Amino acid sequence: MDYLRLASIVCAAFAVAFGALGPALAEGRAVAAAMDAIARQPEAANTISRTLFVGLAMIETTAIYCLVVALLLLFANPLLT
Amino acid sequence: MNSPLNSVVYFQIGPVPITQAILTTWGIMLVLVGAALVLTWRLTLRPGKRQAAIELIVDMLDTQIRETTGAEPAPYRAFIGSLFLFILTANWASLLPGIEPPTAKLETDAALALIVFASVIWFGIRGAGVRGYLRSFAAPNILMIPLNILESVTRVFSMFVRLFGNVMSGVFVIGIVASLAGLLVPIPLMALDLLTGLVQAYIFAVLALVFIAATVEDGQPDAEIPLKKKET
Repeated sequence: MDYLRLASIVCAAFAVAFGALGPALAEGRAVAAAMDAIARQPEAANTISRTLFVGLAMIETTAIYCLVVALLLLFANPLLT
Repeated sequence: MNSPLNSVVYFQIGPVPITQAILTTWGIMLVLVGAALVLTWRLTLRPGKRQAAIELIVDMLDTQIRETTGAEPAPYRAFIGSLFLFILTANWASLLPGIEPPTAKLETDAALALIVFASVIWFGIRGAGVRGYLRSFAAPNILMIPLNILESVTRVFSMFVRLFGNVMSGVFVIGIVASLAGLLVPIPLMALDLLTGLVQAYIFAVLALVFIAATVEDGQPDAEIPLKKKET
């Protein structure tokens, strides 16, 4: 059994799983806060949603980093080649 | 399964390998330039349907630029607009069967991020002069110079990874699902992919705009006032 290969696959799965956890919580909080703000001030909805989108993209980047690291482990692992 | 980090080389021109992403990019460029030429063929003062539709797009773009930067949209319109339209077309190119969006490959996104990096320098120097551009690195405080230099590289890198990761993961997931159950099952995922493509194109353009505007604003001579409010 090739333990290095096995460890890479397990770590890739862990990277995506735990990397998605934090951004998911953070995005939920951000959207909830934005909804709250829009409910209080419906006339500012345009500005709020634009800022929300940019902020969500920023938060999401952390999850995307984890995904890229997982793909590197699976497809371009420097230890296996 | 094919690695999403590799590209398929179709043929070579001299030492330069021509991949599928490059061919698709050329196609998209042809479509965009052709559409722009045809749609702006005869502009009149009293717009017809065709011209009104284009003016709607340009006007929307102008409003977004004005609301984001608070500046006149004219200097940024061409760059930000083509950036947005190109990424949007590239992301939505996955709708055509057999075509993979070029933004799902590393090279295209790296090139786009490099363009943004260069354009921040270009617009910064044009808007505030060389001294003003250099001053923008010392923006809130002179102690921030190393961090600002680091940031100017890392923020562009994060734009690159963000666009690549989002588009590539969409294509990848659809590929996996289509190989498991080909009929009708990938359609909701493809619809989600369209939404992601639109949002990512919008965010790429807005972030480029925010970086440019921040550099220009920090380079102005009266930028020492630390209480200035920054938008977005």
